[in-house]
Amino acid sequence: MSLASLSITALRTQLTAGEITPVQIIDDIEKAILANDSEINAYLSYDFDKAREMAANADLSLPLGGIPIGIKDNINTLGEPLTCASQFLADSYIAPYDATVITKLKAAGAIPLGRLNMDEFAMGSTTGNSSIKRTNNPHDLDRVPGGSSGGSAAAVAANMAIATLGSDTGGSIRQPASHCGIVGLKPSYGRVSRYGLVAFASSLDQIGPCTKSVADAALLLNAISGVDEMDSTSLDVEPIDFTANLNKGVAGLKLGIPKEYFTDGMDANVREKVKAAIDQLKAAGAEIVDISLPHTEYAVATYYIIAPAEASSNLSRFDGIRYGNRAEQNGNLIDLYKDSRSAGFGSEVKRRIILGTYALSSGYDHKYYNKAQKVRTLIRKDFTDAFEHVDAILTPVCPHAAPKHGENSDDPLKEYLEDICTIAANLAGIPGISVSVGKVSADEHSEEKLPVGLQILGPELGEEVILQVAQQLEEV
Amino acid sequence: MSKDHIDVNYLANLARLNLTEEESITFQRQIEDILGYINKLEELDIDGIEPTAHASPVFDRVREDVTKPSLERDAFLNIAPSVSNDQLKVPKVIEEL
Repeated sequence: MSLASLSITALRTQLTAGEITPVQIIDDIEKAILANDSEINAYLSYDFDKAREMAANADLSLPLGGIPIGIKDNINTLGEPLTCASQFLADSYIAPYDATVITKLKAAGAIPLGRLNMDEFAMGSTTGNSSIKRTNNPHDLDRVPGGSSGGSAAAVAANMAIATLGSDTGGSIRQPASHCGIVGLKPSYGRVSRYGLVAFASSLDQIGPCTKSVADAALLLNAISGVDEMDSTSLDVEPIDFTANLNKGVAGLKLGIPKEYFTDGMDANVREKVKAAIDQLKAAGAEIVDISLPHTEYAVATYYIIAPAEASSNLSRFDGIRYGNRAEQNGNLIDLYKDSRSAGFGSEVKRRIILGTYALSSGYDHKYYNKAQKVRTLIRKDFTDAFEHVDAILTPVCPHAAPKHGENSDDPLKEYLEDICTIAANLAGIPGISVSVGKVSADEHSEEKLPVGLQILGPELGEEVILQVAQQLEEV
Repeated sequence: MSKDHIDVNYLANLARLNLTEEESITFQRQIEDILGYINKLEELDIDGIEPTAHASPVFDRVREDVTKPSLERDAFLNIAPSVSNDQLKVPKVIEEL
């Protein structure tokens, strides 16, 4: 069996027993990528020789010693290209430093290997907004892998990576994990340093793992979490071992089912799989209670003010002066900015920058941005109130399984509305994990091959409990 | 519910973007749709609610003031689009009167 198809946990056992070497893992990943990535298109670039060199010197005594980790292409790894899947950065930007998560991965013995496709600047939920290539869902090549961390999820699902890092601003780890049938974890806001992550919406962005198992997600979170002097929003909390409570089971836990997340528009097969998973947790001893998160229906509207507003500000750094695309012309500085940006950015990025600029513009900021910030308070309070009564919350990740390529490409609003189940966690800053709970068929004529994810949401800094619930589902 | 007039070309200029005619037309329609949906927030009574800017409020945390090596200068100069004498080149920004 290819070592590329194994989990971190399994490989670590074999590595420390001396049965395999880190270089063999890299070799098998190379073989898997060369054999399968021409049809999946998860990777934007990779450097196997550099990875083999690191593997040859790997310290196996470290927690992730000898384990290669794929990296979403919006996280800086010193000396490697970073594109954010944008023509603005493609072929010109080489990361001048390591993001904190990369420094931490290396310190834990892991080997960053490969750059993974994404929606341009992480804006999208299909990876179809990549300006470089289209990533296909490993379970059905005609369908999207989800997004924006579509490459990170597809590579793990197709056994072309052991595990990967993604980033999640409104569901960008959890939703592709659901569509690709893997585990995806968005940590609490501030749990993981954002230093070196190309900023999309700074108050929402969080880096997290995409893995083959819940235990792997816990191991990766152990490695990448922690306060960082380079990110003033990282939280200074006691480090904990996220693997410690994995096998405690769910007996005695109170799990809330928010009625607002089971919408009328939800696919019946998806609903059935999610309900079945909830029943399994009940059978394992959890107490299931109905709850209400009354402001859920306002989450998408709130998000599509706050995220574009922050993006319009963050993306002003792409001006053609210090790095990235510079237009050839002899005009003045303003023209240089405009020409460089207009040629470098794709449609979704321009659309969100304009929307964000409007939401922040004089005369409208009160109507849009300030109002959205207040509604954000209400959404956050929904969760604070709910977590006084329950230990975790169970919801679908997405109302539907993975759509076909291009299904909503002319109607951004329709695509945005699909984010309904994942967005509120980012607005509230709470952690969420997506675990696969089965497969559904796209229609009555096709086989059941499209994965469905269950989302487990926890209170702020409650990663331990959601990992514990997720582990229980994995064991069933 | 009031419908605000949106001028995407005016906004594009504020955001330092040029739009093609086709982009202007498409974005105008799409952004009006999105804002139409966003107006849903008007339903809510938000009087007296404090705004949330960050999910986990952290205030004015500062680093210890110690000197440390900075990042490699060459790594930044190497990715700059136009460099002269180890400095970034930009178009002339001061005009003669």
